[in-house]
Amino acid sequence: MTSLHSVVNLRDARKVAIFGGTHGNEMSGVTLVNMWINNGAEIQRSGLMIKPLITNPRAVEKCTRYVDTDLNRAFTPDNLSAPRNEDMPYEVRRAQEINQMFGPKGSPDAYDIIFDLHNTTSNMGSTLILESSKDDFNLQMVNFIKQAIAPTSCSVLLNEHPLLQYSTSRSIGKHPIGLEVGPQPQGVLRSNIFESMRAIVKHALDFIELFNGGMEFQPCMVDVYRVSEKMDYPRDKNGNITAMVHPNLQDGDWKPLNPGDPMFQTFDGSTINYEGGSTVYPTFINEAAYYEKQQAFVMTKRETLTANGIKAYKI
Amino acid sequence: MDPVSLPALSCVALCGGTHGNELSGVCLVREQQRKKEEETEHVTLVTVMSNPRAVQECRRYIEKDLNRCFTAAILSTPVSDRTPYEIVRAQELNALLGPKGSDGAMDLVCDLHNTTANMGLCLISNSDCDWICMHIYKHLQTNISSIPVRLLNLYTSPDESSNLASVGKHGLSIEIGPQPHGLVRADVLSTMKKGVQLMLEWIRLFNSGTVFEGGEVEVHTVVKCIDFPRDPETHDITAVIHPQLQDQDFCLLRQGDPLFLSFSGETEVYRGGAPLSSLCE
Repeated sequence: MTSLHSVVNLRDARKVAIFGGTHGNEMSGVTLVNMWINNGAEIQRSGLMIKPLITNPRAVEKCTRYVDTDLNRAFTPDNLSAPRNEDMPYEVRRAQEINQMFGPKGSPDAYDIIFDLHNTTSNMGSTLILESSKDDFNLQMVNFIKQAIAPTSCSVLLNEHPLLQYSTSRSIGKHPIGLEVGPQPQGVLRSNIFESMRAIVKHALDFIELFNGGMEFQPCMVDVYRVSEKMDYPRDKNGNITAMVHPNLQDGDWKPLNPGDPMFQTFDGSTINYEGGSTVYPTFINEAAYYEKQQAFVMTKRETLTANGIKAYKI
Repeated sequence: MDPVSLPALSCVALCGGTHGNELSGVCLVREQQRKKEEETEHVTLVTVMSNPRAVQECRRYIEKDLNRCFTAAILSTPVSDRTPYEIVRAQELNALLGPKGSDGAMDLVCDLHNTTANMGLCLISNSDCDWICMHIYKHLQTNISSIPVRLLNLYTSPDESSNLASVGKHGLSIEIGPQPHGLVRADVLSTMKKGVQLMLEWIRLFNSGTVFEGGEVEVHTVVKCIDFPRDPETHDITAVIHPQLQDQDFCLLRQGDPLFLSFSGETEVYRGGAPLSSLCE
């Protein structure tokens, strides 16, 4: 049986944003965006308007994840439409400003593509994060990037889960892409992580330029990890964690976690095993910022998505 | 050389959360307090969560780095409503575990830290003439093989010493890395527990009259600190630690070795005189 996937005509992409500092202590994006604001030569591509932006300047100044509330959860419809008032958390005000500049979310005027640059303390390597399994443009771009950086690997995380999905800064664009590179401690800049992120952005922009120039991209398959469930740490009645990620699981992002495998180690040395029904692929294992979000790791299932071919048409 | 007689260490303080986001010490102290094991043979152990507000917020500090607040000058600063939280707290801790320089001070203050740098297990002492600290170091080095064990000498006088450990008659910080701030790794915590356990074991042996032979240990003494290259106007860093230097803590850095890599790809090399070993936080 063959499945026929056609080549779909899509509007060319003219307005691109690159967000850094959505979390003020994730240094690769902060540094790259500041660098590009000072000298944008590296990110220039013909026919493209590319705007780098530090999305959370106050958090960047304090080198903290956020000031009042997580900016990368703040782009909810309620927040974006709330009447502006002085008591509003800084990040909600900022979300509204960014929505004005690069949105409005859901409108034809919104930026075509928004990249949001992040780091993680987890051993995720280079990861591209998608919010839709049906965005042919994004899937083709991801496919292009993966081929361009091979043999270095790049995982693709798909978060389409209705309960676990969240309102990201990039979600105001028509085609949102998260770039997550780790492991890197918060507040620290590592050369290898920095260069990996820089290379991915370069390839992404090359793709957009080729697409706009009329290149046709054939239907393709993309292997993704689809978010299925999150797992919190065991905690006491005060909310303090009573166990840590088990040494066998620590740094094991993207590797299978089978029922019965060690998952947590209590402070007095006992092991808590994973008791789920089937093998999962954990990621965001021991991300420092997720202790407060009740997440030790997120479970994913592997899936292969098919993308239609794409070709640009100009208005 | 004949063994030197020194007073027993009957009161020992174990401190965690001096930096609120260095979680191995926070977890270890919390666990120790939960188990309530304070009176053990030969040693009274006091556990302290040094900076509870910073721990609550999982931040290094609230207003001022607590671990720089223990100089004689800061400890005697008059306190007012506007005094930074950490200075007030430092004076509380000095009253609890000190006063620094007095007969009533804790025999040993051990302060638990993490670093993002690849330092392994590093004991930090304010001098290299404190035989108690040197012997504890030797004991850990002999009995821990999973991770390199070293000692860093800050080479400061008691009055100038600004860290919490300097409040005790003897002071040691245990610094373990690499671990990102804000999270706890099981392997790092396990090493820290082992380090603390061995330290307490040595103290019990010492207090019960064991004679420890003298000998030689290798220590590292702080010579200077090197900052990142920065933009003169914005003060933003303009280069990254060079990939060849990254994670090479305690390795020899020779004249001409790469130090920094600028964002435009140029390498800045070490131009100092004598070869040094570096720590990269």
